[in-house]
Amino acid sequence: MSEPLTELFSRCREEGRAALLPYMTAGLPTPEESLTLFAAMAEAGADGFEVGIPYADPLMDGPVIQAAGERALSAGSGVEVSLDVLREVVGSTGKPTVVMTYVNPVLRMGIEAFADRVAAAGGSGIIIADLPVDEAEVFAAAFRKRDIGLVLFVAPTTTDVRLERVLAAKPPFVYGIADLGVTGARTAASTHIAALVERVRRHSDVPVVAGVGISTPEQAHAAACVADGVIVGTALVREVMGATDAASAAEALRLAVGGFAAAMQRD
Amino acid sequence: MRLDKPDTQGRFAQFGGQFAPETLMPALEELETEFTKAWADPGFHDELNSLLRDFVGRPTPVYRAARLSAQYGIELYLKREDLAHTGAHKINNTIGQALLTKRMGKPRVIAETGAGQHGVATATACALLGQECVVYMGEKDIERQALNVHRMRMLGTEVRPVTSGAGTLKDAVSAAMRDWVASVDGTHYIIGSVVGPHPFPWMVRELQKVIGEELETQMDGSAPERPQPDVIVACVGGGSNAMGIFYPYAGSDVDLVGVEAAGYGLESGQHGASLVAGSPGVIHGSMTYLLQDDQGQILEAHSISAGLDYPGVGPEHAYFKDTGLVRYASVTDEEALEAVYLLASTEGIIPALESAHGLAWIIKEAPSLQGKVVVLNLSGRGDKDVELIVEQS
Ligand SMILES: Cc1ncc(COP(=O)(O)O)c(C=O)c1O
Repeated sequence: MSEPLTELFSRCREEGRAALLPYMTAGLPTPEESLTLFAAMAEAGADGFEVGIPYADPLMDGPVIQAAGERALSAGSGVEVSLDVLREVVGSTGKPTVVMTYVNPVLRMGIEAFADRVAAAGGSGIIIADLPVDEAEVFAAAFRKRDIGLVLFVAPTTTDVRLERVLAAKPPFVYGIADLGVTGARTAASTHIAALVERVRRHSDVPVVAGVGISTPEQAHAAACVADGVIVGTALVREVMGATDAASAAEALRLAVGGFAAAMQRD
Repeated sequence: MRLDKPDTQGRFAQFGGQFAPETLMPALEELETEFTKAWADPGFHDELNSLLRDFVGRPTPVYRAARLSAQYGIELYLKREDLAHTGAHKINNTIGQALLTKRMGKPRVIAETGAGQHGVATATACALLGQECVVYMGEKDIERQALNVHRMRMLGTEVRPVTSGAGTLKDAVSAAMRDWVASVDGTHYIIGSVVGPHPFPWMVRELQKVIGEELETQMDGSAPERPQPDVIVACVGGGSNAMGIFYPYAGSDVDLVGVEAAGYGLESGQHGASLVAGSPGVIHGSMTYLLQDDQGQILEAHSISAGLDYPGVGPEHAYFKDTGLVRYASVTDEEALEAVYLLASTEGIIPALESAHGLAWIIKEAPSLQGKVVVLNLSGRGDKDVELIVEQS
């Protein structure tokens, strides 16, 4: 259901802060232990999640998330495990959770069947990294029927004509790509996100969530001051990839997410 | 029916399209607009054609392979793309796209390469036009096509090794696309085959169809030594040399045969035969046939030939397969290797391992081709493969 997302963003607006939506590859460090990582992030102040389906050819992802995907796949994760993780995360944390995937696994299962499975697992939305608005309608329609929102992207390169098409498709939120390039850490804060949010605001009140390249609490805070939500991926996945076991990964995530959560309050 | 252009969504029926990150979409739109303009501009064709003639050496000859013809009872002709500058058909595409890059005012070019032929052809075009060039190449391919790595570097190109996946062509394409997502403002991605999101498959086909158009005039039936072809055969990796020679004939009564890499054999699961043994899905921005598992993960391909070692194929080939305009077959590593020696020792031409796949199919099918005029697109020469072939044999 996309309602939990709507509620989250309006609550955050009232509280004068942005929502923190961590990304984590499903099935890390193992399919059995995956839930413990999401639980740790929930305790530390995450407002919702992006559950990433590991994919062998992630075109929008940098080396850290690529390696995480490869490791998750060899640990036995995949579409089935990810949908299980989604169900467990929603069931145990109660937080709005979206699925993050590439288009081919959705097509392979069949768009309708995939939408059924996400709905049954309690997903609120879906993000498909290689699905621009031009190809989105058949997907959006299938998910809409089950009250799941298809998230669409706006990038620094997006033209005004394209922006209007994205907004006309009524995504549950717009994924504002904070920086050119694939996911991964950046040393400098995004110079794009404020302008992006402002461009969206000229046409629409739809929530804008900033992601890509946000890897420190300082960068997250800058984004939180203008956007409705912030997605942090690489910085958290790196903690998990560097940890020796699930318990220390959970501990590292608790610390890191705590820092990002504290950065969500606007000045 | 052959399509002049994909539809407004960039589709050949259900194949093709633009499954690309939003960051790239404006660049793809710009590319379509700019190529459409250039392709309608006689000035662009003049510039391209004079380079194809004087720099590349087009038209490439058609050679009647007399000894092989006699040996196998077929009328075998070779379209000599191996004689094009840099040694393969790839340069037809790169000169065109490099000229387009200049028109778009972008100073930097990136490319992927498998066999290294597309990388060398891109490096060459960029040297010619004074453009900065970076080529992504899988680690494994850097090893097995070392000669071409040296050539690219001599031409002033930076070769960036790709270590992800199996370190082959698929990974190089992914790495180039990731670079492009970050660099799109000042960089053009010269993709090396009829693959990728629209407008690439269409644009590369337009730039490669010169092969088939030349063949139409070279073998027009106007004299006994220039009969019209009954069968045209080409190897299919991404599918650009095959598309280049097939396209002008698609829908005619000439029998068109695309030959994919069967690697260790189709039943081994280790091959590059996406059309013969794959299923529809999305790879590198395009809906097409690909090798995938039951959860939609793209599988690693295998071929002795780096240029055919790819789990996808151009979307227009997927369309040709489903409409029956072209039939697709496959041959193994071993059969291709034998064909290299056969052509070398019988006709004095060392073919690229890629092109040898086409010849291997013709030899296998010779009983059904008796007396027919068969044209093989000899897409490239084999210098790059000599070391590997000697090791394998
Ligand atoms: C000589 C030669 N032939 C064929 C190919 C395969 O590509 P395509 O199927 O696009 O022609 C390559 C690719 O590297 C090549 O070098």
